[in-house]
Formats: sequence, C-alpha cells, structure tokens
Amino acid sequence: MSYAKAQSKNVVWDWLTTVDHKKVGILYLAGGAFFFALGGIEAVLMRIQLMFPDLAIVQAQTFNELLTLHGTTMIFLAAMPLLFGFMNFIIPLQIGARDVAFPFLNALGFWLFFFGGLLLYVSLFTGGAPDAGWTAYVPLSSNSPGQGLDYYVLGLQVSGLGTLIGGINFLVTIINMRAPGMSMMRMPLFTWSSFVASMLILFAFPALTIGLLLLMLERLFGATYFAVDFGGNVIIWQHLFWIFGHPEVYILILPAFGIFSEVIPTFAKKRLFGYSAMVFATLIIGFLGFMVWAHHMFTVGMGPVANAIFAVATMAIAVPTGIKIFNWLLTLWGGRIQFTTANLFALGFLPSFVMGGVTGVMLATSAANYQFHDTYFVVAHFHYVIIGGVVLGIFAAAFYWWPKMFGYRLSETLGKWFFWLFLIGFHMTFFVQHFLGLMGMPRRVASFLPGQGLDAMNFISTLGAFLMSIAFIIFLIAIFASTKNRDNVQDPWDGRTLEWTVPTPVPEYNFAQTPLVRDLDPYWYEKHEGDGKIKAAEPLGEIHMPNATILPVTISAGLIVASFGFIYHILPLIIGGFIITFGAMFVRSVKEDHGYHIPVEDIKRDKEEGK
Amino acid sequence: MADHQAVEKQTLPPNPEKATLDGRNKYLGFWFFLGGETVLFGSLFGTYLGLRGGVVDGPGPADLFHLDLVFIMTMILLTSSLTSVFAVINMKRGNYKGLLMWMWATVALGIAFLGFEIYEFYEYYHAGLGFTTSAFASSFYTLVGTHGAHVAFGVAWITVLLIRYRNTGLTLTNAPKFNTAVLYWHFIDVVWVFIFTVVYLLGIGG
Repeated sequence: MSYAKAQSKNVVWDWLTTVDHKKVGILYLAGGAFFFALGGIEAVLMRIQLMFPDLAIVQAQTFNELLTLHGTTMIFLAAMPLLFGFMNFIIPLQIGARDVAFPFLNALGFWLFFFGGLLLYVSLFTGGAPDAGWTAYVPLSSNSPGQGLDYYVLGLQVSGLGTLIGGINFLVTIINMRAPGMSMMRMPLFTWSSFVASMLILFAFPALTIGLLLLMLERLFGATYFAVDFGGNVIIWQHLFWIFGHPEVYILILPAFGIFSEVIPTFAKKRLFGYSAMVFATLIIGFLGFMVWAHHMFTVGMGPVANAIFAVATMAIAVPTGIKIFNWLLTLWGGRIQFTTANLFALGFLPSFVMGGVTGVMLATSAANYQFHDTYFVVAHFHYVIIGGVVLGIFAAAFYWWPKMFGYRLSETLGKWFFWLFLIGFHMTFFVQHFLGLMGMPRRVASFLPGQGLDAMNFISTLGAFLMSIAFIIFLIAIFASTKNRDNVQDPWDGRTLEWTVPTPVPEYNFAQTPLVRDLDPYWYEKHEGDGKIKAAEPLGEIHMPNATILPVTISAGLIVASFGFIYHILPLIIGGFIITFGAMFVRSVKEDHGYHIPVEDIKRDKEEGK
Repeated sequence: MADHQAVEKQTLPPNPEKATLDGRNKYLGFWFFLGGETVLFGSLFGTYLGLRGGVVDGPGPADLFHLDLVFIMTMILLTSSLTSVFAVINMKRGNYKGLLMWMWATVALGIAFLGFEIYEFYEYYHAGLGFTTSAFASSFYTLVGTHGAHVAFGVAWITVLLIRYRNTGLTLTNAPKFNTAVLYWHFIDVVWVFIFTVVYLLGIGG
C-alpha cells in the first residue's frame, strides 16, 4: 500500500483498522470515558437509593447488580483504559520513538478490552447483570443464578487478555525503542511508572485469567474447585483474585504517580526533586505490591502469623509512597508555582491521597481490621486512593496533554470550576463515609434503617456525589466549549520532555528525525543549555510504517461470538467464534505484511507546513 | 521472488532471528509473555496443590498414576526440545533444510505426546475420574489439560510455520518466527518437568 493510499480512507474504517499508537490511545480514552460515564451513573443511582433510610428506589437485587457493575466498570473498563490511553499516546513520544514495538498487538489490545467491556454490559439486557460484587467471591458467584456472572467471567477474560497484551507491548516499547541518549535513568517518570505498572500487569493478570477460568469451568462445566462437598476450597478464589487484585490497584496508581511527576515539575518550574529516589520508590512499590495480597483476607482466618506478616509488608509500602509524597513537596518547595488546572489537580491529589494512605495503614493493622472489614470505612479508604489518586491523575493528565492530543487547550476557567466542584464533592461524598463505617454501616447494603445516626451523613454523601456529577458535566462542556483555543498548542506549558517537541497535530511518524537526548528533561536542557531545538540523531530519510488492518477487530469479535456460545451452551457458536479468532490469527501469521514507507519529500513538506 | 530470496540468503547476518528491530522486539516480547505464562501455570499449580487431597469418593493420585506411562511422555517431550535445539543450530548455520527437518521431528514428537495424554485421560476417565468427580479431578484435568492445550497450540503453530515457509529459504522475517516458536516449545517442556514432579512423583510418592 502506498503512502497516498493510506491517507485517503473512510473515517470509520480508518479508526477500526488503525494501528497508530496515537489513534489507539484516543480510542482507549474514548472507550474509557464511555465506561467511566456508565460507572458514574451506577454510582449516582446507588447514592440516590442511600440518600434517605428505607428508600426503595432500586430494589436490593438491582442494587447488588449496580455495585458489581460500578466496581468492575471503574477498575477494568474506565480507570485502566483511560490510563492506557495516555500511556499509548505519550510514552512513544516521551522516549523519542516513532511507534510502539507491536502496533498490531496494541490495536488488538484495545479491541479486546472494548469488546469485553461491551460483553459485560450485554448482561443488562439479557435478564440480569452480575451481582456478586467486583470481587465475585465464591460460592456466592459460583452459585449465582442466571447468566450475569457468566457475562462477568467472559467479559473480564476477554478484556483482561487485551490488558495483558497492552502491558507486554509497553514493556518492549520502553526497553527496545528508546531514542539515542534516552537511557533508562533519563526516562520521564510517567514512562518509568508505566513501565513498572506494565510489569505488574504482566505478572498479575495471569492469576486473574486462571481465577476466571476456574470460575467459568465451575459455573458452565460443573467443575468442583470451589464446591466444598466435593473436596473444593472457596479460599483459593480469594487468593487468586487478590494475587491479581492487589497489584491491580498499583497498576492504577503508579501511572497516576507518573502523571503527577510530570505535571508538578512543569508547573513548579523546577526539575523533579530526587529523580532516582522516585524511580526506585516506584520499583519498590511495584515489588511490594505482590507481597501484600492477603491483607484483603485478614478476617478469613489465616491465623495470627500470616496476618502479622501481611500487615507488616503492607505498612512497609507506606515508606516508598512517603518518599514520593515528600519528593513532590520538595519539588514544589521554592518553585514558581503556576496554578493551572492540571497543577491544581496535582496539588489537590497530595492531601487527598495522603488521607487515603493513612486509612490504608489503619486497615493494615490486622487486629483493628476485624472492626473495619466490610464497612463503609473500607469504601471511604479505597475511594480516597482511587479517586484522590487515580481519577485526579487522569484529570490532571487530560488538562496537561489535551493540547498535544487534540490540538486545542481546555478552558482554564471551566477547568477550575470543574476542579473545585469535583474536589469538594469528592471529599463530601467520602469523608463522612469513614465515620459511617466506624459506626458500623456495612458496605454493599441496599438500604439502612432510620434513627441509627446514619441518616445525616448518608444524605451529605449523596449530595457530594451530585456535586461530583455536576463537576464532571462541566468537564464535558469544557471539552466542547474550548475548541476555539487552537493557538499555542505545540508547547503550551514550557514542557520539559520530548512530547512537546513534536508538532501538533502529531504527524503519524511522530519524529521526522529520531531525536538525540542529551540529558534528563531533554527539552528544558536544550532550551537552557542549547538552542531550544532538539538535536537529530539521524539524517532525514524515508520512514517505515505498519499497514492498517481489520484483523484486531476480527480476532476480538470472534472471541465475543465464542463467549456467547459458552454462556448459552451453543456449541456451533463456540466453534464458529474460535474459527473466526484463530482464522484471523492464521491470516496474520501467514500473510507477510511489510508495511509501507513514507517518502522523504512528504516528510519535508510536513515539516515546512508545521513550521 | 526467487532471485530476491537468493540475494537475501547470501547477506543474512549470523543471528538472523535477532538481526532486525522487529526480531528483537519479538524475542523480548515473547520472553515477557513467557513470564506471564509462568504466573498462569503457577496459579494452576497452586490450585492443584491446594485441592489434590480433595478426592471425596473418587480415585486419588496414587490409585491412578502409572510412572511408566508418564516416563515415556516425559522422554518424548524432552526429546522434542532437543530436536528443536537442533533446528535452531541449523538455522544459525544457515542450513534451512536441516531447520525444517528437525522442526518436523519436533512436531511429530509433540503429536505423539498429545496421543499419550489423550490415552491417559481416557484411562483415568474409565477408572472413575470424571472432570466433575472431585476437586482433585477438576484441578488435575485443568492443570494438565492446560499444558496439553499449550502443546496442541504449539504443534499447530509450528506446523503452520513449516507449511507456510516450506520453500522460501531462511529470511529475516521467518527466522524470528521459528526462534520464538522454539522458545515457546522449551517453555512448555519446562512446565511439563514441573508437572511430572509436582503432580506425578508427588502423587505417587508423597
């Protein structure tokens, strides 16, 4: 396929077949935002039900389905894809690469995630969503009637496969594709933390794969791993789930840490304080993240020795996290701080996340955990770390990288309204939940009784949820109302890193010439020590690009067909689905696709138009 | 096409599987994939170890396992790893015919292994060990069956490669493909060594 031919394609077909990491990144953002909105609506419905005691706006069964969908959606289908969106778009630019290592697998990862998420939501229309919580503990999940849990198992299996593929792609990209001079210890912190998060994905997701496989075989084929009367053991599910589940929360928070490490130095006009300490703290958090899964199971009855070990390991994580917090504070110290929306989210993150960290250490105290377990205290804790950490990070990233990704700057006025309403709404919703939990309100209950001192705080919590929703709507308005801010989009924040050196919109080959990196914060280095332009590491030459292909969509669609076959026990569908999937893989393997080359004249023309 | 191949053959570097960036990416990416597979099998081993005592009324490991059969299977799979090493040695020497021949030998041994495994499962089933009989049965079939599925996938994969590239000669495109396939094959061989130890030896002796 020639370059000209590649340029003239139908828009829908173009997005379905793209293997460009920037477009895949935007697809991830769009898909993640879609599921984020769904998860948000589910949350608001739950809060409305709990606004007053004894309400019956949603029934208990529906409430169970809502809380399951909310948790599953927000973790697997919203937070992770949104982060993947930024990782996809930004990492190759930050390391001076033209592409990711596996463009095809990258697109496949997105489509697997998206189709898996849609499969989960089909359950809403087929007689009941999954209702056993996002953790799907057996035997509640293995005995849950209807098909809801089958959709959960297969939807997550398919989307989890996509995440795993994405993780491997990032790992290889970061190791093999760095520009000359971009040594590991010159990599921007967002790339570093994404690298560690990808490691965690690689080693955590297979445990979930097996957990889901076992649950599927138990539910659909009568296996007996979790059936106690057949010699089974229900605790195995909890171990498998949390061996995945605990690293999963670090998979979410580490890229967010990376985002703050980009935003804070840029707007404090200072280099990141303690760069190497930040890198090693990230690595230590990643390592310890695998050592603490059983702190979710303190009350299961593992015994005091196991509880003590996991309690101490958990508390140890506070040390590298504390190192990071102090490094951010010291980056701000003495800096010329600009209170842009992106930086406001970073500054709002610091105290919010520390509060979540403190309750984390409280929960890690295994003796006290018996009191906190399964109460709203836990709900408050993990929303403080996930919203106060991950979601604020995603919003900071949105405001920070939006100009580079979409070619216009988001309105700062609307952005500040959004930030303040969201921050206040967030604390209003979840701060009181600490006390609700300490007063004994269990999590995952569809209602509560009046006159137990729970009324006022539940009401406040619901109002806070409304405020967060209003804030989010303001953000959506900002997206559409800011499109006129098309000036100053190449380097609007006096950027430090390589993504700000490429023109906006970013050409499909990213860098006309591979950049030569001479220091940490290479763009600042060239601005202050050089002539403000990044040196090229190679002469201008034609650039090799991969061809677009529809096979990722085909492979993913085949798995969805097969999933329906499993859920409804229709053998032809199972076989047909696998034929589609493996057939597409066969085509991919057999048909050699060498991509195409962009001629030098086109690159020169782009350069002249860009400048 | 034919003369184009001939030119490539003469200029092929000494390690064609890692000569291109694409080949290096594949090689590293595949190592990472195998890291994930390790956790996958680790989870299955953990599940099996947790459940192998749960035999209820069904037959247990000591009633079923016969070391002679498993010994033959182990020897077949170990030999298949050896033949795949010969294949890679031939690749590095530029002897494409030798590469193909030894890869076909690997495929044949893989199919033989699968035949024995099917026979084994058939025997166990008739000895009263259905998939749903007990937690031990479910976890045994899941662990060993997942390994068997990996072998089957490997056989299919290598067969596709062998047919696709039956007369192209060694190129910078297919060398990384054969290399990763062999890497995969070694991995499922190593997993079998652990299955042999943890499932069969421990099942009879422990």
